[in-house]
Amino acid sequence: MKDIEYRCVDAARGGLMFLRAVPGVGLGERVRVVDSHGQERTGQVIRATEELLLVQVFEGTDHLNPEETWVRFLGEPFHITLAPGILGRVFNGIGQPRDQRPELLSNLRRNVNGSPVNPAARAYPREFIETGVSAIDGLNSLVRGQKLPIFSGSGLPHNELAAQIVRQARLPGEESDFAIVFAAMGMSHNEARFFEENFEASGVLGKVAMFINLADDPVIERLILPRTALTAAEYLAFDRDMHVLVVITDMTQYASALREVATAKGDVPSRKGYPGYLYSDLAEIYERAGRIKARHGSITMVPVVSMPSDDITHPIPDLTGYITEGQIVLSRELHNQGVYPPINIPPSLSRLMKDGIGKDHTREDHPRVASQIYASYARALEVRNLASIIGAEELSSSDQQYLDFGSSFEARFVGQGAEEGRSIGQTLDLCWELLSQLPRQELTRVSEADLARYYVSEREEAPAA
Amino acid sequence: MQGRITELNGPIVTAELPGIATGEQVHLGALGIVGEVIARERDEAIIQAYESTESLCPGDTVEALGHPLSVELGPGLLGQIFDGIQRPLEKLFSRHGDKLPRGDNEPGLARERGWAFEPNPALKEGQHVAGGAQLGTVPETETIEHRILVPPGIEGELLEIAPAGSYNIENVIAHVRDTHGDIHELQLFHRWPVRHARPYKQRDNAVAPLLTGQRILDTFFPLLKGGKGAVPGPFGAGKTMVQQQIARWADADIVIYVGCGERGNELVDILETFPNLTDPHTGRSLMERTLLIANTSNMPVVAREASIYVGVTLAEYYRDQGYDVVMVADSTSRWAEALREVGGRLGEMPVEEGYPAYLASRLAAFYERAGRVETLGDRRGSVTLIGAVSPPGGDFSEPVTAHTKDIVETFWALSKPLADARHYPAVDWTDSFSGYAAVAARWWKEEISPDWESTRAEALALLSQADELTRIVNLVGPEALSPAQRWALEGASLVKQGVLQQSALDPVDSYCDPHKQVALLQAVLKLYDTGRELLSHGIPVQELLRQPLLAEARRLKGLESKDDADPIADFDSRAENSLAELRGQYLRQQEGSA
Repeated sequence: MKDIEYRCVDAARGGLMFLRAVPGVGLGERVRVVDSHGQERTGQVIRATEELLLVQVFEGTDHLNPEETWVRFLGEPFHITLAPGILGRVFNGIGQPRDQRPELLSNLRRNVNGSPVNPAARAYPREFIETGVSAIDGLNSLVRGQKLPIFSGSGLPHNELAAQIVRQARLPGEESDFAIVFAAMGMSHNEARFFEENFEASGVLGKVAMFINLADDPVIERLILPRTALTAAEYLAFDRDMHVLVVITDMTQYASALREVATAKGDVPSRKGYPGYLYSDLAEIYERAGRIKARHGSITMVPVVSMPSDDITHPIPDLTGYITEGQIVLSRELHNQGVYPPINIPPSLSRLMKDGIGKDHTREDHPRVASQIYASYARALEVRNLASIIGAEELSSSDQQYLDFGSSFEARFVGQGAEEGRSIGQTLDLCWELLSQLPRQELTRVSEADLARYYVSEREEAPAA
Repeated sequence: MQGRITELNGPIVTAELPGIATGEQVHLGALGIVGEVIARERDEAIIQAYESTESLCPGDTVEALGHPLSVELGPGLLGQIFDGIQRPLEKLFSRHGDKLPRGDNEPGLARERGWAFEPNPALKEGQHVAGGAQLGTVPETETIEHRILVPPGIEGELLEIAPAGSYNIENVIAHVRDTHGDIHELQLFHRWPVRHARPYKQRDNAVAPLLTGQRILDTFFPLLKGGKGAVPGPFGAGKTMVQQQIARWADADIVIYVGCGERGNELVDILETFPNLTDPHTGRSLMERTLLIANTSNMPVVAREASIYVGVTLAEYYRDQGYDVVMVADSTSRWAEALREVGGRLGEMPVEEGYPAYLASRLAAFYERAGRVETLGDRRGSVTLIGAVSPPGGDFSEPVTAHTKDIVETFWALSKPLADARHYPAVDWTDSFSGYAAVAARWWKEEISPDWESTRAEALALLSQADELTRIVNLVGPEALSPAQRWALEGASLVKQGVLQQSALDPVDSYCDPHKQVALLQAVLKLYDTGRELLSHGIPVQELLRQPLLAEARRLKGLESKDDADPIADFDSRAENSLAELRGQYLRQQEGSA
């Protein structure tokens, strides 16, 4: 049947083709479509009845004449070819080269949809990754095998931050085999060039496999692109024992494509027109990050999610936050004040931080000092609100100190600039330097031993009698 | 009975299968993918598949199995991790590797393992037995004695019972002849359909609180053994942490943790840490009383719907043996979304936010399976249900949260602002409620402290007063407050930081026993009350706020009490002395200046 071409297209619209059924065609089967100009397209069966097949065509259904379109069923689900040579190459969403170099030659082919990882096979991520960015390392630490998205908005420097992480990320005290899988959906040519130049400048280009769908490329291809890219990442991590950092940008483009196809299929919409299965669909992608027992490699994922109108309760960031292990939230306010990276500390979170920091990982005081910074900065923000109502002059002296702490924390700790990479030791020392601006008795989340060791008491008040 | 697939639409399969009952299980295609018939229309059956339907074709065969979705109940459940339809995941891992296979229908209980069966000495052959009667026991773990009961629905004359010895779960250990003369062979295990609640003799009032060692839960918003509670919260508010703390420390005999549509790594966290943690009540490894059901968010969505029922059926099974069981479901929102997804694919009319109209009744029916009961075998057992809710955008008015709020008696509302300030557990004292406080008060009064109720009431009043004052401060600044009001703000802050905040990561503070809970809260409130009294003597509030005692009170919760040292009592007396001294000083000053 692989060799028979059928002319069975009934209708084509919105990226979907309706075919008269061919017996023996299974759900999820890959389809090759040849249009009247001899152009090839790729599709996948997404619904099958005895009379009708519904096929989604990744290159879209524009300029398709049903009477003159030939279809061939490949008798297998969607596979991509994998070989070590994928590093240093650029592919489109369905795994075809887009760098004018030949196709990969290999016998190893994998189904891009994969099967879910058995939870009993997972190993818990515990190895701290130093990104060199204080606001991440110190307060929202990333560990190997974690999925930690960047929640951003239009015009905010999420690409710069993602590129900086790629440039600086390392495991303290270990040089190991690493690779980067870069998956871009709906990205502009400029942004794509930015990343390419960045990879080149930091000398990692030969370690990157890029999967790119640009803004003017077919929309439906975005549905398969992250799956293709992650299949490549799984191959690198679990077959070739590499530590893979996957940067996916932008998941909002992916969800829009999903909504487009769901609407064309007539699925019942839930919130904002997105289909009810958006959560499970996103989870299929995000949950492919992780570590596996008795395997050396790992997949760490940093997806970029742009929040439409900066709304964190929009379904895409909202559902993402429920699946990923934390989030790094960018703030327009900090960005406008010229703070880079404009990481909004209170809503940012890393869920896997607790087991990757502290004694044996970073430094013994790390968990407590991070908690103290969070609490003190929350207090500083409260005081700032108050000052905007009653005026800064009216504040008590301890509130004044909080106000100053808040400003220098944002300027010096968060706003470190794109060029500086800080070691975790430097980050934690800076934490203490900033905390020492506050009276000692205000620091109740750190231990007495921490205070004795790290608190810089310049203007130590006379101890109370 | 065999049929033929006619349509495939994601996990929903239509097949020509005349004569099949709804609820019956089927195997699809050559792989034998498991599914369940959810509707019948003339000769067609609509089936939801528990595994991916990729590569199935119209025309493939469907085989009816003749029974509804059931679980195996018998020794060997504890310490295991199962998927949403009770397949043993560790076994699948060793057999198939990292990825979950399709169509491997390994039964839930290991067949090969032998169990030391000890027959019930009170039973004699020829005696009349009914459902719930204890045939004997098997030591399932060091702490849990697995009681082998006559399955509900079987009644008659006990013809024969096996002597003590080692049996695997399929060995027949008893024969019972019912009134029709049919002979039933009873094994160490039996099957039970998950969508049917297991029968009991009668409901019994819940009388004791479920102690979790978490101050905000136990002292402020108690839940009872046999009660129903919910933990709603937006992402990042610490739902999972609260649930894991409950699973870790609750004074229950058995804990069933259902990871329903949540992160794989969270279950791994439990799998890796629980075996090394000690149950504070028995001193044994926590894993010995724990059972995990995992349908992580990337696993097939339809099995998510089933996983909750599988969990609660296992809970009822241990309840029937006379145990107190806690089942934690994280998260019921994902379960509701699975209902919505299936409903949507069937073209059912959506009501609120795309959810089907039967959402509220399904939720209510599920929570109704909680309760303390008198079992068929005249034991007392309970099932406590705690469901996490993940409201989209943190909006508590969305359907799943709103319906759950109507159903449960204890509602631990998690707040994003508290979590953002790293106030954990981020249980909000204004939005949370407990309908069990009065019953719990009786227990606390008898077992722990006669003043529990009044202490709790005073703390809650102080917190609510402080919330009111904070609103004023945010409008006009702190200068507008009287000294007493400023001291009330400080008092509330002491309660929040010194009592409500509790670090799950701190080895001392992670679990707080009930005596310490009361002592800590009383010490903090006493400090506040004494301060208030000093204020009435005219001591300036600034003087009080300067006291190093306040910082000390905030750290008190993390100090370990040993046999010879009780840091709270110690603090209490020091605070009393130093405040008395302050008062003395001040009064002398006043006299001197007068």
